[in-house]
Amino acid sequence: MAYSKRISGRKFDELREIKAEVGVIPRADGSARFQIGKTIALAAVYGPKALFPKFLQKSDTGTLRCYYNMMSFSGSGERVRPGPSRRSKEISYITQNALLPVLDLKEYPSAVVEIYVELLQTDAGTRCAGITAAAMALADAGFPMRDLVSAISVGFVEGKLLVDIDNEEEHYEKGNTDIPIAMMPRTGEITLLQMDGFASKEELKEALKAAKAACMQINKAQIEALKARYKK
Amino acid sequence: MKDIVGTHVVSLLDKDIRLDGRKLDEFRKITVEYGVSSKSAEGSARVKIGDTEVVAGIKFSLGTPYPDEPAKGTIVVNVELLPLSSPDFETGPPNIQSIEYARAIVDRGLRESDALDMKKLCIKKGEKMWMIMIDVYSVNDAGNLADAIGLAALAALKDAKYPKYDEKKGLVLYDERTKKGLELKQIPIPITIVKIKDKFLVDPASDEEKAMEARLTVTTVEDGRICAIQKGGELPLSTEDVEKMVQLSIEKGKELRKLLK
Repeated sequence: MAYSKRISGRKFDELREIKAEVGVIPRADGSARFQIGKTIALAAVYGPKALFPKFLQKSDTGTLRCYYNMMSFSGSGERVRPGPSRRSKEISYITQNALLPVLDLKEYPSAVVEIYVELLQTDAGTRCAGITAAAMALADAGFPMRDLVSAISVGFVEGKLLVDIDNEEEHYEKGNTDIPIAMMPRTGEITLLQMDGFASKEELKEALKAAKAACMQINKAQIEALKARYKK
Repeated sequence: MKDIVGTHVVSLLDKDIRLDGRKLDEFRKITVEYGVSSKSAEGSARVKIGDTEVVAGIKFSLGTPYPDEPAKGTIVVNVELLPLSSPDFETGPPNIQSIEYARAIVDRGLRESDALDMKKLCIKKGEKMWMIMIDVYSVNDAGNLADAIGLAALAALKDAKYPKYDEKKGLVLYDERTKKGLELKQIPIPITIVKIKDKFLVDPASDEEKAMEARLTVTTVEDGRICAIQKGGELPLSTEDVEKMVQLSIEKGKELRKLLK
């Protein structure tokens, strides 16, 4: 039997409901909240500021540091132990790389820009929600950016292409393929691409196309949120 | 710069004026929201006091009862002052400030007031107990995190529902939540009073916290009894100071308790 209907009842290319807002953390230089379905990410940007210890400073450019963290009650099932894990370190690293292409850190020699991403509730797609929120927070902080970064997870269950995979789909008993993708929407350039599971090269091509369409929708929500802050 | 603001805070207080125009015993607007992480956490809440925001979540974990209390369950409180919430906080293991909030304010208030019947958290004597994991995170620090953290922990506990427990397999079925809540016998409300010169202020904003000499967090229960006290700040307090601060926190505790009903 083919996978003919999504568990949530969504269409195969349908995103979950999106809520986006910037300026949610007044103490930060820039901040955002991005919710997609039940996944809720908060992001705050601090900097550019002095980088310590001093030997880490680069005299010709600035440094970007990202920290991804799940609040300990935000997982499905058992409590997540507080503090960094191998998983959170890897996601912090790929978040950093997903955002670097849009920033011009040469403007801030020796300084550091720090981005903190916290997950309040999770239903899969957390790294993508985190990257999307972080890009909004950077824009909210007023950094000159080449573009925003919008991210989505697409994948395959029983050969069917699914956009914006949720937790139930990610743990589908017959296996799944999960492809988180981040893009600069204006050019369609990819800044994050990961995949677990199997796919043919044709399927991957199809997935990238669907991800681009989804990222455009996410980008629209990001821009609306940024504009809304200045309408008040 | 800090000193200029600090001096200003102090000189305004001579005329009983606060930087944001509040009365000395006036809280900023408080909002309590329940179920902010209801998919993941068995209980959760967001508390805002002015621009200060914290979130708290409850997870139910299984554990083995402690040998000295084989018929009781337990609570575990953890507070994280996120670098997301203030330029003054750093990454890394909990610092002394967050340990003080977790231990001296939330944990002590709940334990000493017997807010939860720990016996009811025992599943099988000497073998299995519920551990109520209370995690509180700062989202924006605009002063008085202590009271916000205390309130958020209580609100999340009120919101909590037991997950289903499969006794045969000894497993918690986190996907299935029961309708049974945690029974709170007491609502221990912590109220922080700061002393600046000879004035006593409730709900200090960030600039006021920087100018404070000493603070006292007094936790009270419904009938006005005190169940926990924690003094902070570098300068001493006279017994008269303590009496005034306790009286103020009892009054304010009554006000804030209404918000959790």
